[in-house]
Amino acid sequence: MSTLEIRGLEVSVITDKGAIEILKGVDLTIRSGETHAIMGPNGSGKSTLAYSIAGHPKYTVTGGSVILDGADVLAMKVDERAKAGLFLAMQYPVEVPGVSVSNFLRTAATALRGEAPKLRTWVGEVKAAMNALNMDPGFSERNVNEGFSGGEKKRHEIMQLELLRPKIAILDETDSGLDVDALRIVSEGVNRAKAANDLGVLLITHYTRILRYIKPDFVHVFANGHIVEEGGPELADKLEEKGYAEYVGS
Amino acid sequence: MSVLATNYLTPTGREEAWRFTPLNRLAGLHDGTSTTVERKSLALKGDLQPGVRASRISRELVPSVSESSDAIVARVHSEVEDVFVLDIADDTHLADAVHLFRSAGGSDGAELSQVRINVGANSTASVVVENSGSAILGEDIEIVLAPGAHLTFITLQEWANDSIHTARHHAILDRDSTFKSVTITVGGSLVRLLPTVEFTGPGSFADLSGVYFATAGQHLEHRIHIDHGVPKAKSRVNYKGALSGEGAHTVWIGDVFIRAAAEGTDTYELNRNLLLSDGARADSVPNLEIETGEIVGAGHASTTGRFDDEQLFYLMSRGIPVDEARRLVVRGFFAEIISHIEDEEIQERLMVRIDSELEKVGQ
Repeated sequence: MSTLEIRGLEVSVITDKGAIEILKGVDLTIRSGETHAIMGPNGSGKSTLAYSIAGHPKYTVTGGSVILDGADVLAMKVDERAKAGLFLAMQYPVEVPGVSVSNFLRTAATALRGEAPKLRTWVGEVKAAMNALNMDPGFSERNVNEGFSGGEKKRHEIMQLELLRPKIAILDETDSGLDVDALRIVSEGVNRAKAANDLGVLLITHYTRILRYIKPDFVHVFANGHIVEEGGPELADKLEEKGYAEYVGS
Repeated sequence: MSVLATNYLTPTGREEAWRFTPLNRLAGLHDGTSTTVERKSLALKGDLQPGVRASRISRELVPSVSESSDAIVARVHSEVEDVFVLDIADDTHLADAVHLFRSAGGSDGAELSQVRINVGANSTASVVVENSGSAILGEDIEIVLAPGAHLTFITLQEWANDSIHTARHHAILDRDSTFKSVTITVGGSLVRLLPTVEFTGPGSFADLSGVYFATAGQHLEHRIHIDHGVPKAKSRVNYKGALSGEGAHTVWIGDVFIRAAAEGTDTYELNRNLLLSDGARADSVPNLEIETGEIVGAGHASTTGRFDDEQLFYLMSRGIPVDEARRLVVRGFFAEIISHIEDEEIQERLMVRIDSELEKVGQ
């Protein structure tokens, strides 16, 4: 049983014109097995929340805390956060030329598990994960995210989620750019990871359609750098109907 | 042809061709003040395959087949006693690469060396030249491809870090021939290579690629020159370099010349440099001269940059520690070119060398 506690999180980015405050005090607790949807308009700071928890160097935490099972996440390096059990499925996964998917996955699994996975079982694991996500077997010999279609990038992220077995996963607009079939396949992958590892999920999205496949226990409306309303799944229905108009503007 | 060893070629450092090179580190190779020693360090490794002949032939019997304004090349042509000649007969398809080794060097004096590689009509071959150890070497390798010949030419500069090496690798491509070169330079105090190409027949293709990694104090220079003098020839150049440490200096020059007669030319050259620390300097100068507009394409690109933070973040967010992430990114950066070497042992050896160069970063 894991718990990720975000308390009063304030985050800025440094630009040429000085620091710009993006997160203005975020409070959120995610436990194993729970699925939290964070919904909000573009530019509200949803992705900043995701990247700040993962430790992206572009963001500077100016206040608050992030605690995973009693450990101070903000004091950890990026790789240590992954080892502690956090995972970020990125909206725009990065191309790494010359590094094959199979080499990347094995290196990551070795780092996270503390020893190289046994080759025979590992090959089987990867094959099963790829099959489950309807991926071509030749995929593992391609370079990480290089020349991947939008759908392939997202499947690759979810394949990592299944193979690397984190405690808490943040999915940053995993639904963007997916057609209906890909959305279903990717969502099934998330649900498998939830069932297999009692995963806690923080699902960041702009649209409600992914919530038809991944059922949230809690819905949080995010606007202007913090959570402005919270509720159960019914809140998503309200957003579907009325949009974000009432939360934005002054 | 004999070239007069007059002083007019002696560089002063003001010439365009020499302006990046620290002449005082050439041990006198360029101005004739070096003491030359009789050393014939180039040797063939393994048995000769059918259709291959290797011999040393008196210089007078193997005159140079190309012109060069390079002072050290001219010196080689006028001073060597004999030429190392590798002949590959017509219609020969070699199953294995021909390996030439240069390891019996020494830095007590300079060695001058001339090499000729003749690839017969419609033959297919690979030649690998491996340089290691300590040496002061002035070298000229002329490679003549007969019509329809295909040669993969790999040179490995894995020198000890006190070596001084200047060389021209000059390929002459007749009709429908293919010349694919991979030039790897990871060692040496000063290495200055001139990979040059001359087309004498249409339908020919030169594909030049290279990798270099300079650490503190190393000067690694590659000056490519491709002369499109006939119609319908194609050239591609792709060199990648990494630099780290105080005084690490790399120079990449890519001169492509498309003459009026060279209609239908297709050329593209690319140089990418990865700066891994402060205090290192990468010079990268692509240069295209075009005398005819009737071409298929001509272009070039050059980039020099630091580690991509986004790549490191992505890898680290999957639990991979920063050193390992950097190693993956640098190996990946070079893999595109090193993977062209169809010899897994050499590939792995180079990757290990690159890892060890990388470990010096920040020390």
